Amino acid sequence: MYSDKVMDHFTNPRNVGEISDANGIGEVGNARCGDIMKLWIKVEDDVITDIKFKTFGCGAAIATSSVITEMAIGKTIDEAEQITNKQVAEELHGLPSVKMHCSNLAAEALVAAIEDYRKNVAANSAS
Amino acid sequence: MNEIYMDHAATTPVRQEVVEAMLPFFGSEYGNPSSVYGWGRRSRQALDQARDKVSELIGAEASEIIFTSGGSEGANLAIKGVAWAYQTKGKHIVSSAVEHHAVLDSVLWLKKQGFEVTIVPVDEEGMVSPAEVEKALRPDTILVSIMHANNEVGTIQPIKEIAEVVRGHGAFFHTDAVQTAGVLDINVAELGVDLLSLSAHKLYGPKGVGALYVRKGVRLDPLIHGGAQERRRRAGTENVAGIVGLAKALELAHLDRDEENARLVKLRDRLLEGLQQIPHTKINGSLVHRLPNNVNVCFQYIEGESMLLNLDLRGIAASSGSACTSGSLDPSHVLLAMGLTHEIAHGSLRLTLGRDNNEADIDFVLQEIPVIVERLREMSPLYQR
Repeated sequence: MYSDKVMDHFTNPRNVGEISDANGIGEVGNARCGDIMKLWIKVEDDVITDIKFKTFGCGAAIATSSVITEMAIGKTIDEAEQITNKQVAEELHGLPSVKMHCSNLAAEALVAAIEDYRKNVAANSAS
Repeated sequence: MNEIYMDHAATTPVRQEVVEAMLPFFGSEYGNPSSVYGWGRRSRQALDQARDKVSELIGAEASEIIFTSGGSEGANLAIKGVAWAYQTKGKHIVSSAVEHHAVLDSVLWLKKQGFEVTIVPVDEEGMVSPAEVEKALRPDTILVSIMHANNEVGTIQPIKEIAEVVRGHGAFFHTDAVQTAGVLDINVAELGVDLLSLSAHKLYGPKGVGALYVRKGVRLDPLIHGGAQERRRRAGTENVAGIVGLAKALELAHLDRDEENARLVKLRDRLLEGLQQIPHTKINGSLVHRLPNNVNVCFQYIEGESMLLNLDLRGIAASSGSACTSGSLDPSHVLLAMGLTHEIAHGSLRLTLGRDNNEADIDFVLQEIPVIVERLREMSPLYQR
């Protein structure tokens, strides 16, 4: 039911882990529904230079987390923020319809991490 | 890659002897059992023999067996059939929180039709207590449906005791014996049930065929109208080959049932013991009143479907009660009814053993699972070493 690309990202997920000196962290989903995605980003001069994830969830949740790290790295935060759930699903050569919410989660996690980064920057400049 | 099938509660392979018993009825013996000529008579004879065999094996009379298309139809016919036939007597039905959806959804559908339903709870092992059933009974209760053993966690219910309570009250009692037919004793007089449903493909028979026992004197409105087959309780030309296969499979299961159960219990306990060595693992269901072939565990911090995919990549076929495999947003209603949190229930894994499994299979699974669990936990934001 999953595309080869989904299975590739599921079996060999890219960028798994945490970033100790991340300047943005986003977490979405909840264990009740069976999906939690946490993304760590390192932003330098508005560009995402490093990104890592940890995910509790199904095969699609892990694959979408993995693929969005590849899509986001090297992009400016303004560009990365524009990544849609549809683009995530397309990048994986499609997702089963019942799994589309997983691509939502991945896009939301990235936006949450970028928002967290902006908040941190604002807090730092204020102090 | 070596493939290991450990999902026998989902379905089983058809035994060779069963295939052979069925073959003539796909070939030369294609007659309609209702026809008067030779072809018809020979099919009728095969049908009668199968009915005699099935009724004998469950301690019933031949006239008390209705052949169906499987467990789901059996449960639907038992529940809706009795409810419709006795609705002038009362409109209250009792069932349990851990029933198969064939029962649960039938009961809930009747609720929409104006029946009243009481769902009795279970304890943390998934057990229904006869006292809880008694508490639920009302003067207008017409039917109680409690499964013989649970398909997810393998808990065996105290059917005899529940049957006594129900009988004392004058309601009818149906048990879904889909997981126990061919495994446990399902003598209907011993159990004290009025209706019992079973399915062939769970006991090494073909898919698409089952049987419903209906005690003499219990009325039933049919689900399917259109002919005089099955004493006017289930219209449609009989699935002769399937019915012959069902009878053969049940007969074979009874031949070495005790030896096979003892063998499975040994394998099951070895598997349970091995899985318990993995930290943050919970065994679900009763350790005492448990089907010989059922293993059900929850691995904390990981989700079931990703577990299944990893097992599949290693050639191991299993199942899970996670939301992602149930087709809804909620994990298994059985695990939730047993008091597990959503978080834990999402990480459930069911391995159900069968005739084709051996010790080497158990060892292979026990070698692979800890690696997969560790890998997924490493990836999980919930897991702290």
